[in-house]
Amino acid sequence: MSSPADRKYTSSHEWIQVAGDAGTLGLTRFAVEQLTDVTFVEMKKVGTAFKAGDSLGEVESVKTTSDVYAPVDGVITEVNKAASDDPSLLNSDPFGTGWLVKFKVSSGAGLAKCVDAATYDRDIAH
Amino acid sequence: MHESPLHAFHLKHNAQMVPFAGWTMPIRYAGIVEEHKQVRSSGGIFDVSHMGRVKVSGRHARRLLERLCSRRVHDMQPGQCRYSLMCNDRGGVRDDVIVYRHDDDEFTVVVNGANREKMLGHFEQVRAAGDLSVKIDDTTMKTAMVAIQGPKVMGFVGKFSTEIPTLKRYRFTVKNLVVAKLTVSRTGYTGEDGIEVILPAGMVDMALKLILKDVDMDAPDALVKPAGLGSRDSLRLEAGMPLYGHELGEEINALSCGVDFAISLDKDTGEFAETFIGMEALKKVQENGGPRVRLVGLAFEGRRTPRQDMPVKSGEREVGKVTSGCLSPTLDRPIAMALVNADVAAPGTRLQVDAGRAVLEGEVVSLPFYKAPKG
Repeated sequence: MSSPADRKYTSSHEWIQVAGDAGTLGLTRFAVEQLTDVTFVEMKKVGTAFKAGDSLGEVESVKTTSDVYAPVDGVITEVNKAASDDPSLLNSDPFGTGWLVKFKVSSGAGLAKCVDAATYDRDIAH
Repeated sequence: MHESPLHAFHLKHNAQMVPFAGWTMPIRYAGIVEEHKQVRSSGGIFDVSHMGRVKVSGRHARRLLERLCSRRVHDMQPGQCRYSLMCNDRGGVRDDVIVYRHDDDEFTVVVNGANREKMLGHFEQVRAAGDLSVKIDDTTMKTAMVAIQGPKVMGFVGKFSTEIPTLKRYRFTVKNLVVAKLTVSRTGYTGEDGIEVILPAGMVDMALKLILKDVDMDAPDALVKPAGLGSRDSLRLEAGMPLYGHELGEEINALSCGVDFAISLDKDTGEFAETFIGMEALKKVQENGGPRVRLVGLAFEGRRTPRQDMPVKSGEREVGKVTSGCLSPTLDRPIAMALVNADVAAPGTRLQVDAGRAVLEGEVVSLPFYKAPKG
């Protein structure tokens, strides 16, 4: 299944969608399939400022615990409570209702390192 | 990387394949939690062909196994299997195994996949040291092994063979098909009733059809569905069963692992008296008040999962390490096994796990975490 073309992708398997200075981020389907059943989601609090490369929080699965990394600089404006309450949303709808955080982008320079859906899908196929 | 004789079966059922102990094996099909619940409520079929299957036969076969096994072998009946440890001379655990007794001087030993080469070397070394007349034949590559586990398994297996449901726990029978032999034992590693089957590698498709003839594994309400190594791990953890590399290891004293039933320190008395490797070291530990470290079950508040090697604390004092953990699908709370100091091993003791960014509050509970209701 191909990844949606309306967003960018990181090498650590986050997706990021930016409109103006408003960003949304989650994990890709490939990432959640590798994690297997997600059991716990804890993102940093609203108001937390972060730089590209910082951890935005943790996602735990039956198998492992994994950090979620920011590809850009910004400040968290919203955390997906539905995903914290029901972590299986990440497995069932990673590109939609299973989003993790919304944020205000303070520097989008890191976006240049992200790739488009076609490139990402090719990378994970290897 | 070895491919199991069930490789095509895994791909057909959309397995996610992962490297495991030199094999490429399915970690999951539908999902680890879904498979776990399927096994607890009905039935699942696991490919465990990566485990080593070693035929040990000849005039001194029993004597070799008495030297290796922490339990007696001489009193096993043909058709009986027995769980045992095999230790190093310091009393650490080289492996845990199931011994099948086919006949007076013919046995099969099932060893952990990751330990197969090591244990073959160990068998040969002990054989040579005692100048024993034993043939050691690694049949792993020419056979397959599947486990079919769950409360509804014995019901439909009876359609394939009326004998199998009459087997007692830890007994096995050999079913002769036209050109093949199936070794079927009432054993498992999930805490559920069920069977494990050893069969020739080339007979997998035919044998599965015979055993599961009325089961359409793709149907949503199938009695038996494929289950991967992921659910096998969470099932055995709920059942309080130790796993080599986690609760068992060369540096972990056998008396620490919560499997005292599998250690016969009086094996050197009576008829057929034999000393097993590691026995002297274990006796010393026992005489000096027992092991300093004990395997315990821990149950936690919250939703975070303790992981192997995380420190266990009693307040500020580090008292041990987590050996395995998961969010228990049956109990719906995080559970773990841990090796901790004997003075904090009593059920009810409050302990904490240091998960780096969080502290998990837990309590020692008796094992197993889950016991199947009597059927």
